[in-house]
Amino acid sequence: MANPKKLLIEPLRKTNPVTVLVLGICSCLAVTAQLKPALVMGASVTVVTALSNFIISLLRKGIPSRIRIIVQLVVVATLVILIDQFLKAFAYDVSKQLSVYVGLIITNCIIMGRLEAFALSHEPWESFLDGLGNGLGYSLILIIVAFFRELFGSGTLLGYQVIPQSFYEAGYQNNGLMILPPMALIVVGIIIWIQRTRNPEMQENNQK
Amino acid sequence: MELFNLFIKSVFVDNMIFAYFLGMCSYLAVSKTVKTSAGLGLAVTFVLVVTVPINYLVNKYLLAPGALAWMSPKLASLDLSFLTYILFIAIIAAIVQILEMIIETFTPSLYSALGIFLPLIAVNCAILGCSLFMQERGFGNVGEAAVFGLGSGLGWLLAIVGIAAIREKLRYSKIPKGLQGVGISFIITGLMGIAFMAFMGIKL
Repeated sequence: MANPKKLLIEPLRKTNPVTVLVLGICSCLAVTAQLKPALVMGASVTVVTALSNFIISLLRKGIPSRIRIIVQLVVVATLVILIDQFLKAFAYDVSKQLSVYVGLIITNCIIMGRLEAFALSHEPWESFLDGLGNGLGYSLILIIVAFFRELFGSGTLLGYQVIPQSFYEAGYQNNGLMILPPMALIVVGIIIWIQRTRNPEMQENNQK
Repeated sequence: MELFNLFIKSVFVDNMIFAYFLGMCSYLAVSKTVKTSAGLGLAVTFVLVVTVPINYLVNKYLLAPGALAWMSPKLASLDLSFLTYILFIAIIAAIVQILEMIIETFTPSLYSALGIFLPLIAVNCAILGCSLFMQERGFGNVGEAAVFGLGSGLGWLLAIVGIAAIREKLRYSKIPKGLQGVGISFIITGLMGIAFMAFMGIKL
């Protein structure tokens, strides 16, 4: 059995699903205008990845490989329905903000990617940890992006005013561009840039 | 006119990629050459035009609150909308599978062009996302849903062909090492998104 700590920690840095494997970008960009929906989304995706990895790993010997995609989709969709109903019951306003992106967890490539690449060939407990690690790696990027976008876009964090009023009186203004969709892409681009400059072995060769 | 307005809006203003980031994964992975990205774009458009109207009918006659009233008045109070996700994704997966078989039998040349992309599309978030947006906005009839699917698909095609063309040129540019490949694609998509924001508020 692989080192459980490694399974959990690696996806946060070296094999981060968002910045290194470039999976699950859609929802990552769309929900990060504020920190709160980003936190909820990160938690939901982590739960779904961990549990679906666990369930598929339990079932892996009984699934014929021809129809495995359908089986995986059904398992994931069931989990997402549970999450969606849970959010509607206990966090209605956030669930309204996330709108269709909760449903889109089903087609989040991180989940399908981990199911295909890991859960089908590993023990349930390892798969659970791997799913948890990848979910957390995804949440980490989500939180970093949302932190900068909310801080510079609205001057708040989790809805609380962070930039003091005296700054505004001195002429500081919120950068409205940060709230708009295109800035999410640029922020992720910059995160990738910083990460790859620090880890040269991840760099891609453009001339290929 | 109403339909044309909806079409223009879904191509340019509510662009799947620049406004909602749907289908980003395949958008980044496949946009290395114009030819393959045009193939994927066409396949996405094709699947959207078929699945959105079908999901519209399913939503209207099976899932929406009170939708089952046509079966018997006793079922009028039933609300099955919590089954939306599982039913939509099952329908999409099934239709993609069927389309693949039909195309393979009748137009082998189209199949060899789209072939490898078709199975990928079942898990493309643009497809499911478009159906979910359709449900959220509550269109009036099947025609509107079909036009919305067509417009969104063409918008996606436009975006992926655009970025592929830019990336082909980028091969000859000097880019900082850490930014090569994925990093620069993100930033360019962001800049394209800013350009597309100029279409905001267009009304015909």
